[in-house]
Amino acid sequence: METKNWKAWLYLLPAMFFLGIFMVYPLIDVLIYSIEEGYNFASQTYQGVGSYNYAYVLRDPYFLQALKNTFILVMITVPLSTGLALLISAGLVSIKPLRELYQTIYFLPYVTNTLAVGLVFMILFKKTPYTDGLANMVLHFFGGGTIDFMDGPYWAKMFVLCFYTIWVVLPFKILILTSALASVNQSYYNAAKVDGTPAWRIFWKITLPMISPSVFYLIITGFIGAFKAYSDAVALFGTNLNAAEMNTIVGYIYDMLYGDSGGYPSYASAAAIILFVIILTITCINLLVSKKHVHY
Amino acid sequence: MGKQVDYEKIEKSAKVRKNVINTIIYVLLTIWAFVVLFPFYWMILTSVKSYSLYNSEYIPQLIAVSPTLQNYKDAFTMVPLAGYFLNTLIFTVVTTVLMLIVTVLAAFAFARLEFRGKNVAFTLFLALMMIPNELVIITNYVTITNLDMRNTFMGLILPSVASVFYIYLLKENFAQVPDELYYAAKVDGTSDLKYLFKVLIPICKPTLITITILKIIECWNSYVWPRLVTDEEAYFLVSNGIQEIRENGFGRENIPAMMAAVVVISVPLLILFLIFHKKIMEGVSRGGTKG
Amino acid sequence: MKVVLKHLTKKFPNRNKKQPDVIAVNDFNIEIPDGKLIGLLGPSGCGKSTALNLLCGLLKPTSGKIYFGEDDVTSLPVENRGVGMVFQNYALYPHLTVKQNIIFPLENLKGVDKLTKEQMSEKAYEVAKLVQIDTLMDRKPSELSGGQQQRVAIARALVKMPRILLMDEPLSNLDARLRLQTREEIRRIQKKTGITTIFVTHDQEEAMSISDMIVVMKDGVIQQIGKPQEVYDNPVNQFVAKFLGTPPINLFEGEVTDGKLYIGESDVMLVQNVPNQKVVVGVRPEGFVLDEDGALCCELKGVEVMGRDITVVSEHENSIDVEIRSIISSENQVDTEADRVHFALKREKVYLFKVDTGERIRF
Repeated sequence: METKNWKAWLYLLPAMFFLGIFMVYPLIDVLIYSIEEGYNFASQTYQGVGSYNYAYVLRDPYFLQALKNTFILVMITVPLSTGLALLISAGLVSIKPLRELYQTIYFLPYVTNTLAVGLVFMILFKKTPYTDGLANMVLHFFGGGTIDFMDGPYWAKMFVLCFYTIWVVLPFKILILTSALASVNQSYYNAAKVDGTPAWRIFWKITLPMISPSVFYLIITGFIGAFKAYSDAVALFGTNLNAAEMNTIVGYIYDMLYGDSGGYPSYASAAAIILFVIILTITCINLLVSKKHVHY
Repeated sequence: MGKQVDYEKIEKSAKVRKNVINTIIYVLLTIWAFVVLFPFYWMILTSVKSYSLYNSEYIPQLIAVSPTLQNYKDAFTMVPLAGYFLNTLIFTVVTTVLMLIVTVLAAFAFARLEFRGKNVAFTLFLALMMIPNELVIITNYVTITNLDMRNTFMGLILPSVASVFYIYLLKENFAQVPDELYYAAKVDGTSDLKYLFKVLIPICKPTLITITILKIIECWNSYVWPRLVTDEEAYFLVSNGIQEIRENGFGRENIPAMMAAVVVISVPLLILFLIFHKKIMEGVSRGGTKG
Repeated sequence: MKVVLKHLTKKFPNRNKKQPDVIAVNDFNIEIPDGKLIGLLGPSGCGKSTALNLLCGLLKPTSGKIYFGEDDVTSLPVENRGVGMVFQNYALYPHLTVKQNIIFPLENLKGVDKLTKEQMSEKAYEVAKLVQIDTLMDRKPSELSGGQQQRVAIARALVKMPRILLMDEPLSNLDARLRLQTREEIRRIQKKTGITTIFVTHDQEEAMSISDMIVVMKDGVIQQIGKPQEVYDNPVNQFVAKFLGTPPINLFEGEVTDGKLYIGESDVMLVQNVPNQKVVVGVRPEGFVLDEDGALCCELKGVEVMGRDITVVSEHENSIDVEIRSIISSENQVDTEADRVHFALKREKVYLFKVDTGERIRF
């Protein structure tokens, strides 16, 4: 059948056309951009080649702020959302009535527009001259003081961002873990029960190792996703993230490319490559750790 | 007899413990269901409060005493919400259809056809899966700008058409179809294309549905790329529209009207979800990534 | 440990809510003496696994009582029953080594029973030696053969010295050769430990060969309890007779008239005290004797020589099954060219059953 080589490539042609123009070429191009110093977008000229763009980005306070925000966001939301998803899924599979209803409800955030629902969160947390917002009302109820979540202290804003991020990413994790848990052969549980194993020990010693591939998959994708956080922040704090001190690395890339401070594809490229290196490193570490702990 | 009593105690405490644990589980699950549902409730609630009522509530009320649809009217008349809607619809449908064509053809070539360089091509192709969108979006932005395609549907759609992951997913599914079917078809003189449409596609329909659903969700919610290549309102998608409404929207901070807009743009996917929730959840667990 | 079941019943609600409940186990009354190996035998879907799950406590009975020795354990939760169980698919934890698997039940012990690491290890090796897997302790279950996995599962069930040992189809996942070997092994281990052991199987040969006592079930109801040979020689009904023995018993339509048993036209045997009626006649394969003057005349279809024995395959118009298989000693000569073969019947290998209920008619 080798005679029909050209025919096979014909089938591949559309995919190769799109991938070539919008993935392979940009990949090379972004590397070139990132080392072209003093690139001028309008005249498409540059002055030299070197690592100046990287140096600039790494010294840019906005980038450092974005880096810090992103890392905090990752370190808080990934473990918390994975743990919470594990807890909720474990609860879900242990009940019978209402299980499907809850499963459906929990999945709702997945199919909502991040930007749109982010607006709702903003309103819930926002303090205006007219109202303290619902979140503060709840705080008052528990005897707390008023906090300006959206325009106030850094940690208050970070809290809202983390909270919203977790709300957004949980549906996927719950779904994956629930199906992983449900696919563990019941006879393992029966065997453990016959041997008088307490429930918590069953969970740690049997359930968790059995679903560890799914858990690590979620941790790896969770890290990658959280490092690329952007829309959630925009949804909550608007497009001017630098002003809100809530920018993320991806946000910084877009700001450099376009927007009020935009027009610097070189800086954007350098930042994008730095992000890629970070993600690659973290993913490799994750894979190494999972090799040790995942049982297939 | 002493032992007998002991057993009864064990039985009883086991029963009590089971009930307590069950209750705790239900309480926790209900709390989380509440956390998930509350924003939806709040957006609908706020959307039916009148502007003046909303601003006069220092302490937000949990029910609307006199619901009004005025905000929905405003959402459609004061901002071009219908336009955003239509744009998103066009964008979603065209992108999804093109994506399906490209994906099916490529997956078929990788899964079924033998040709020189296939393995190399596929390996390179898999390597592309690791590349985050953020890395290539910069050049794409420049490309689209240079091609003068900013603020066109072409500019919006073209970079979103090919997806390495979906091709991979479908290829794996195609590859599971027994070779015998292909040889049988060949013996009967069926052309490759006919085999693809008459045999492979019907067999792999579930995966195709999965891909379609995932792509629709992705398109409907896409924000970053549209934001980069459109700055004319006439080409805004709903995500950009909502951001625009938020920043310059109704002339003043008209939160109830904003919420009405949010409800309107959330409804299509929610309806889709409520109808197909089993299929969607199944599909996402097979091939979804997010977060 | 003696095990007593009194009126044990388990009903499952029917999937179709309008239908009546499914009775998986119907009014079981058994007394299982201490230290015996019991085979719970029946075709698939007869409720034997349900019975086993009731015993170990994974299921709660709808009504009735279960006693271990003198203790009523009916509603005792599974973890407090102190039973060992070997699951059909072994349920070995794939992420733990053989040793960790065996130790697992010991690590659950609390309070006064709590063991040190050394004690656990010692016990694990002890039981591993018993089932002869002590050289495999550091392997993962996926690195073991089916037979080895089976042994590990038995070791894990035995390590905590259970009051009773339960096995669910212990041999069904093994190939034929291993099955023979393993069943002897189970017998040996059971004898050595003296733990009352109940195993479930659908394979009558398996049950017959190693059990001290077999319980034959059908549709949730116990048909017969007894020593394997007794049950084989003296089945209470057509089902039990048909279920035990390979090749299975041959059934004929027959009739008793004036103390004589007829199969078709031929009067094959005298049966006094049996009132006139239509009957089902069962003849064990070994109940046929080649005899030129024998009353039963069958159409010869073939002869299979198996060394020690000869299987004569023949047909008869009143036979309920298509073929009649009879086993005779190889000392006999069979004329394979002949069209017909004549049999006399051994009286003690012939059983009569009622046509409607299948109940045994004694004579």
